[in-house]
Amino acid sequence: MQFSVLVEVTLRPGVADPQGATIERSLPALGFTEVRGVTVGKAIRFTIEAAGEDAARARVAELCERFLTNPVIEDARIELHEVAAAR
Amino acid sequence: MSARVGVVLFPGSNCEQDVIEVVRALGGHAEILWHGDRSVGGADAVVVPGGFAHGDYLRPGAIARFSPVMEAVAAFAAGGGPVVGICNGFQVLTEAGLLPGALQKNRGLRFLCTPVDLRVETARSALTSGLAEGTVLRMPINHFAGCYTCDEETLAELRAEDRVVLRYVDNPNGSIDDIAGVCSAGRNVVGMMPHPERASHELLGSTDGLVLIRALLESAAVSSSRG
Repeated sequence: MQFSVLVEVTLRPGVADPQGATIERSLPALGFTEVRGVTVGKAIRFTIEAAGEDAARARVAELCERFLTNPVIEDARIELHEVAAAR
Repeated sequence: MSARVGVVLFPGSNCEQDVIEVVRALGGHAEILWHGDRSVGGADAVVVPGGFAHGDYLRPGAIARFSPVMEAVAAFAAGGGPVVGICNGFQVLTEAGLLPGALQKNRGLRFLCTPVDLRVETARSALTSGLAEGTVLRMPINHFAGCYTCDEETLAELRAEDRVVLRYVDNPNGSIDDIAGVCSAGRNVVGMMPHPERASHELLGSTDGLVLIRALLESAAVSSSRG
């Protein structure tokens, strides 16, 4: 089975996010005075072959832990859904 | 016999020749360790130099840490061998788990290229042995991701074990507790963001980096005679 994966990498709570803070500070000048809590992360997309959804999720979690995130400062949120296998 | 220093070269490293130049000027022997090598080739000390290994893609050091040579560097470090990471090399060593914490984008989101003053906080490391604690050294920083970050527990541990090696006199990048350099529990692995190899000649504006590289060569000689 093939799964389409979206990994969202975010900074862990309590870790300074200078990019998010800079964006938020610039917003009032554009008239967006109501926006709060801006954070900046990364989106990483790929497909993975696995026997089932649980297996795919476990593999992706391992990939996030070892490579896609730095667990000292980052968390990952994993979204995946099955897609028709490419021929 | 003069100390042999292996200088790791990843695709995108750009300070390796500067390090080699300084090591040789101080009477040491220096050679390149290619990122695909599976050994440190009999080196008595290893330097992971600055640059942009693998383009800093994903995160600085994230890809470089999986290079074959890094397994050899980790084994060398585990055996007590002196390993120093400078700038991008520091980032690689934290990603590899050889040093605690992480380097984030500078607090001001600016690339910083400027001389800074550093205070030597401990003489108990492979890079500062023999130096007087409190000595202030001037040398350049040249980084975008130099903001040292770690959790409270790690910071408490670093302080309690006297593992903060260098602090900025005037914090340029938002690093926690003004930290510019730290060492491992074994004190043989040291990482620092500033560039001692760029403060190695009067023509460069400072020679303050020489005392650090000289201390490393002495640590290398000790490591060599022991091994």
